[in-house]
Amino acid sequence: MTDVQAQPTVTVKVDGHEVTAAKGELVIDAAERAGVYIPRFCYHPRMKPVGMCRQCLVEIDTGRGPALQPSCMIECSDGMSVETGTPVTIKAQTGVLEFLLVNHPLDCPVCDKGGECPLQDQAMSHGPGESRMVEEKRHFEKPIPVSALVLLDRERCILCDRCTRFADEVAGEPLIHFMDRGNETQVNTFPDHPFASYYSGNTVQICPVGALTSSSYRFKARPWDLVQTESTCHGCAMGCRTVVDSSRNRILRQNGVDIDPVNWGWLCDKGRFGFEAIESDERLGAPLVRDDAGDLVETTWSDAIRTAATAVKDARKKGPGAVAVIGGARLTNEDAYAWAKLAKGVIGTDNVDAQLGDGLPAEVVLGLPRATIDGLCAPGGTVLWIGPDPREELGVLHLRLRHAVINDGVKLVVVTPATTVLDGLAAAAFHPAPGDLAGLVAALLDGADAPDGTDADLVATARGLLDGDLTVALGRGSLAESAGYTVDAAAVVARTRPETRVLPLLRRANINGALDMGLAPGLLPGRTTLESGADRVEVLWPRVPAEIGLDTTGILTAASEGKVDVLILLGADPLADFPDRQLAAAALAGVRTVIAVDLFLTESSGRADVVLAAAGPGEVTGTHTNIEGRISTLGQAVTPPGTARPAWMMAAELAMRLGADLGLESVADIWAEIEAVAPSHAGITAELLAATGDGVVAPLDSARLQTTVVDDQGTAIGGSDVGPEGGAGVPEVDQDDAPEPSGEGAAEGGSGPAGPDAEDAEDAELVESSHEGGGDASTIDVADGPDAEEGAPASPFVTFVAPEPTPVPPLDSYALRLVVTRTMYDDGTLVQQAPALAALPADAPLRVHPAVLDRLGVESGTRVRAISPRATVTLPVVSDPGVPRGVAAVAYRRQGGAGDLVDVGQAVTEVRVETT
Amino acid sequence: MARLTVDNVVLAKEIIGRYPRPKSALIPLLHLAQEQDGYVATDAMEHLAELVGVTPAEVLGTCSFYEMFKREPVGRYVINVCTNIACQIMGGEELLHHAEESLGIRSGSTTPDGLFTVEDVECIAACTEAPCLQVNYRYRHRISHDQFDRMVDDLRAGRLDDEVPPHGTLARTRQHIPNATAAGPGFVEGAEEPVWITSRPAPPKEGAKA
Amino acid sequence: MTVTDAPKIISSRFDHEDSFTLRRYEATHGYEGLKAALAKRPDEVVEEVKTASLLGRGGAGFPAGVKWGFCPPGVWPRYLVVNGDESEPGTYKDRILMERDPHQLIEGVLIACYAIGCAQAFLYVRGEMALAQERIAEALNEAYAKGYVGKDILGTDFSVDIVLHWGAGAYIVGEETALIESLEGNRGMPRLKPPFFPAAKGLYLQPTVVNNVETLANLPWILREGGAAFAELGAEASRGTRMFAVSGHVRNPGVYEVEFGVTTFRDLIYAPVYGGGIGDGHDLKAFIPGGASAPWFYEEHLDLPLEKGAVDRAGSMLGSGAIVVMDETTDMVKAALRVVRFFARESCGKCTPCREGTSWLEKILERILDGHGRPSDLDLLLDVCDNISPGIAWPPKQTTICPLGPSAVSPIASAVTRFRDEFEAKLGGGAIPVTVKMAGGAYVRKPTAEVAS
Ligand SMILES: Cc1cc2nc3c(=O)[nH]c(=O)nc-3n(C[C@H](O)[C@H](O)[C@H](O)COP(=O)(O)O)c2cc1C
Ligand code: SF4
Ligand code: FES
Repeated sequence: MTDVQAQPTVTVKVDGHEVTAAKGELVIDAAERAGVYIPRFCYHPRMKPVGMCRQCLVEIDTGRGPALQPSCMIECSDGMSVETGTPVTIKAQTGVLEFLLVNHPLDCPVCDKGGECPLQDQAMSHGPGESRMVEEKRHFEKPIPVSALVLLDRERCILCDRCTRFADEVAGEPLIHFMDRGNETQVNTFPDHPFASYYSGNTVQICPVGALTSSSYRFKARPWDLVQTESTCHGCAMGCRTVVDSSRNRILRQNGVDIDPVNWGWLCDKGRFGFEAIESDERLGAPLVRDDAGDLVETTWSDAIRTAATAVKDARKKGPGAVAVIGGARLTNEDAYAWAKLAKGVIGTDNVDAQLGDGLPAEVVLGLPRATIDGLCAPGGTVLWIGPDPREELGVLHLRLRHAVINDGVKLVVVTPATTVLDGLAAAAFHPAPGDLAGLVAALLDGADAPDGTDADLVATARGLLDGDLTVALGRGSLAESAGYTVDAAAVVARTRPETRVLPLLRRANINGALDMGLAPGLLPGRTTLESGADRVEVLWPRVPAEIGLDTTGILTAASEGKVDVLILLGADPLADFPDRQLAAAALAGVRTVIAVDLFLTESSGRADVVLAAAGPGEVTGTHTNIEGRISTLGQAVTPPGTARPAWMMAAELAMRLGADLGLESVADIWAEIEAVAPSHAGITAELLAATGDGVVAPLDSARLQTTVVDDQGTAIGGSDVGPEGGAGVPEVDQDDAPEPSGEGAAEGGSGPAGPDAEDAEDAELVESSHEGGGDASTIDVADGPDAEEGAPASPFVTFVAPEPTPVPPLDSYALRLVVTRTMYDDGTLVQQAPALAALPADAPLRVHPAVLDRLGVESGTRVRAISPRATVTLPVVSDPGVPRGVAAVAYRRQGGAGDLVDVGQAVTEVRVETT
Repeated sequence: MARLTVDNVVLAKEIIGRYPRPKSALIPLLHLAQEQDGYVATDAMEHLAELVGVTPAEVLGTCSFYEMFKREPVGRYVINVCTNIACQIMGGEELLHHAEESLGIRSGSTTPDGLFTVEDVECIAACTEAPCLQVNYRYRHRISHDQFDRMVDDLRAGRLDDEVPPHGTLARTRQHIPNATAAGPGFVEGAEEPVWITSRPAPPKEGAKA
Repeated sequence: MTVTDAPKIISSRFDHEDSFTLRRYEATHGYEGLKAALAKRPDEVVEEVKTASLLGRGGAGFPAGVKWGFCPPGVWPRYLVVNGDESEPGTYKDRILMERDPHQLIEGVLIACYAIGCAQAFLYVRGEMALAQERIAEALNEAYAKGYVGKDILGTDFSVDIVLHWGAGAYIVGEETALIESLEGNRGMPRLKPPFFPAAKGLYLQPTVVNNVETLANLPWILREGGAAFAELGAEASRGTRMFAVSGHVRNPGVYEVEFGVTTFRDLIYAPVYGGGIGDGHDLKAFIPGGASAPWFYEEHLDLPLEKGAVDRAGSMLGSGAIVVMDETTDMVKAALRVVRFFARESCGKCTPCREGTSWLEKILERILDGHGRPSDLDLLLDVCDNISPGIAWPPKQTTICPLGPSAVSPIASAVTRFRDEFEAKLGGGAIPVTVKMAGGAYVRKPTAEVAS
């Protein structure tokens, strides 16, 4: 909000005390900072003031005598005098409160809001005490649903315009509105047009009375029974700050917490109500193993871990590469680190990837100068958005960007495969056909010729806008288009604007943390490479993989060829989430043993041989890392079901069984080790994180980190000058007592097969052959210079080096190029296990341009055959003018559609559409 | 019928074109819809939302604020009897009661034959001509109970068809701004000082008015 | 009695059958004021209007020339919005001006646009005035055809479109910021001043001048005859002539153009050429001097001149030139209730004190009128009034956004203060009637297809 320091200030008097206020600061805020709380209802600091409820009236004197004014509308000016306690003010405030209660039903005992209700509270503190109205009150039909998630009781409503303003001003979806007039005014929707917004739950949170309630929380609890735990949302990678409300070991509700750098108090409905999945009866409460009959049956942890360990040991005999790990984006940073240490440091495999073929190579995410959300939304800036629809994938980022464009003069140039919500905000929007992305970006940034069919005037406009400083948001617009094109676009950015900061648009919850912890081929914790990070981790890890392994596409390809013996799925469900379902299915079939760490029996974990029941969000402590690299804490509100446990514990136990001691006994232990080992995290101590609710962006201070060196002994230097209690959190890992012998020694002496000796020819072959099989074509390099100054040590961080461009296949004029996008709600497990959300996914028809539909000669809604090299799928086709002519777009669903069509082996997937 | 007819869409586009921002045309378009159907149908509101680029909820928000827009069918003739202060003291309430009695309906409702709706309304700016009423917004000044009954008979018999079009039609002449002589809408962005502000000779140096 | 021989400035054509046609208009000095204006620089036109000291005729009585000067320099485009929403109870003068002399208004609009530098003018006519809409539409079509409006007006570089727009039934839309909201296609809910003073941030947040129909109708004469000639008529702050609607219990109810500032209330109510006195041998009990929002006047105020300052000092206002005369047969509780009910029905609902308070006042008054009042109800009435308009003073203070809420306070304050005995006589034992009423009072407001039996 208002940064008092940075702006010219004025001095005002509040109840006689001088207060320094920023020019433009509202009286209501300045008074609050000065410790004087002025009652209010309509005012909300994240929305434009409207001065409607009149509760905040105070006497303000700007030299012409005191006058009653709404303090939420009046900006502080020099010499202004504000009186909040005069008889006139008190009379006015009491009067307004009485008016608000005149038609209020006073059904507090049965109201969800009772106990945390601003109307109730302020009636106590500023109210008249009794109602003098004896007439009948206003009546409305009791709660009506305004959406699938939100109910509205118009009798309780005080018409403060918060929800309606939110819908219009913040979400840009004015689907609820004031209706009728005067004393009959009500909030309502248009008949049969519900408030179907991904942000509807925010209105429940900001309603100052109990008029808006969520169907999820309704009648579940009384506020005084709730325990509040601050945490970070796990719905996507935005990392919104939340408060989890629980009672009797059940999570009942999640609300947004207002932090400046991230979510401003908002949440999307998937984040807000997604916790319901955690409370699902179908959660796994015990580990499972497949019995002789082939059924998954509950077992003990020691049995499950032993079974898993045996499989890993057997596989390792062929070499560490015979074990592969997919997933980790749903884990905490601590979990991810423990699994990285187990996989890479103990087992020794580098066939590890937290992404599911729908993201970006780690070098792109970690190797380009990183933008923050605030940087992207900085007033007056220019944003080049290359990637998906933020409303579908990173809900609250859309709200931030929207605010920046509408209120802060940010200019937006958008490059998405089809029309998205951003088109309405953009100064220029482009929808290049699959394959043309990098060509278009080169045209915009480098003056190259634009791909055929691009609007030349628009290109000229966009070039003008992009001429100065800009920030790039970069992600995958379509799952059916090779990541190579996005990488090539990144290469254009890096080449033409090396200073430009990039915000990676990966969507899965803690994917950024997983990459930071090294859960990607070629990486080690702290955004280092196998080479640049080895010195540091070797102090604590038994070993480091020698060669760069496979990404998920590579792993699945190798697995489908029988080259992977053990596949560990860390909260990953490739059958549901990997864009190419056929490959995922072939891979699972081709693996000897699948070990799944999961909350549920999903399509993939249901095929596993060992299923390790994991604790989920709200059940664990630890940390989370968001798209900008912000690390924030996770709170534990409840205990996991049964004996389900945090994933890091399983890693530690499995390591033990493999004869290695990870040396990690608590979340705090792990964080201390991360802080010491990961150069990007140096100085970000647990104390520092605990001291700030906003979290901390890693690395702390890039200038300082340039000088952070790892000395010969592997001592991490630095960090002690940062944070409230610098050194306190830095663990002693530098001396001889470092736990380095544990892993090595145990591995050698233990019963396990293991051994660094296992790096044999077979292994190398495995790595090589699958490299051809298709990973994302980019290479990793250690930074060795561009920014390393004379005499300064080289940066250990991954840098991005542009690979060979991905070729653009020639157009097949008989086919359409497939675009596959994600939607906020889908038929994936987490949505489906949350009762509030399960029914919300929309249909996912094939969408084509009206001209294409005409050519097909069918009506919108007709079922057609879509034929790709992979499969033939029958699904409805609809007309959508937002889809370019050469394209067929479809939303990803697990069942019957996009997943079956995509061939990740192809840079673009062509489909032919035929009438049935 | 409910969405606008093709002719009315053409008209709607002409109207929208007169305003710097399309939403400004919303009230005129709601009148157009009411003129077409006699009331503002739900489908019509959805159509208007498309035409001016807002959500249906916003259209309804505006529509429901204004007394004249009827969201359900009303009589062919809507009779608005003024009962505000100047008319009240001159017999406006008695006139209303007479209307209710002679038509056999309560104020706010419609006769079974769908011909007449009676409303009690606020001041209609004919205070010196009290008591007064409007039929489809055409005035009847200083009207006696007998005159009221005769008016109803005339309306029923179609004798006033020339003067009183069916409910929904207000002005029967539309403004038309010919393209050739239009100055064009005053757009918000990029506007400069109008030429005539500075094109006249500058004020004389001395003797200029204070 | 003073009946002055001041010329008719704005109602001069009313006696002609065809007063609304361009032919008649051109034959009676039509568009000469515009030509005179176009021969001057815009700033000279502004000066002329300032010299005339033309007060706004919409209610607040603010000098028009001064208001035009509030547009921040260098901010374009600017708009003119003509307030033809005339709905203040008792008021009847803008409608007659629009119906009978639309070209005079159009000419006034053009002069204002020229002086202010407006890119476009919107003529917002009240929705219920079908004939006025029709006459203005015809007049505009004629005027466009003759080159009075549109591009390169009368061969000069002055170009402006006048767009005829009409409302749909909402008194509050007469308030200038609500008018602007309505013109943007929104619910007619007032904006807060500050920060939304129309001259600075009006239509589409651009500088916007809102003027009343009658105000603008004076401009052709002022430009033709000169501001000084206008200022010679009237007295003190109130110059020129003004239209007054005299209604209620007088022998000759009517709309009269009289010399401003010097004619008195007694003249208007009693002079044979005007109201002609109270009929049927009754006596004056009270009169509303300036529309339903104005505190009431009585016998002792009759000799006040129709002059802004004098009336303001006496505790009321000339407002919209609406004089409603009540003789001694009038039930003051009923009259007060009727006016309060008007404001309760017309509250836009945006701010709490007005939305809740005016309806509550209406309910209490209804109860008193029905004989169910309690002795404490008069104090309650006044205290609720006080919570809407602190101090119940004049000019009113307000806890509301706009003056509509406090307007409901005026009649109660007037009636309860002057006729307390009438209220007390109606107070019953305090039994509360058990009736279930939906919001909106005794009448069902929205007609439905359903037929009452
Ligand atoms: C509740 C309310 C209703 C109003 N109604 C009208 C109206 O019907 N006509 C009008 O001209 N002014 C009306 N006004 C005054 C306008 O806000 C505004 O002052 C006027 O149109 C300015 O024009 P003028 O300066 O030419 O008088 C109203 C004001 C309020 C507060
Ligand atoms: S005072 Fe009444 S009319 Fe004015 S803004 Fe408030 S609610 Fe609306
Ligand atoms: S909080 Fe200021 S008016 Fe509502």
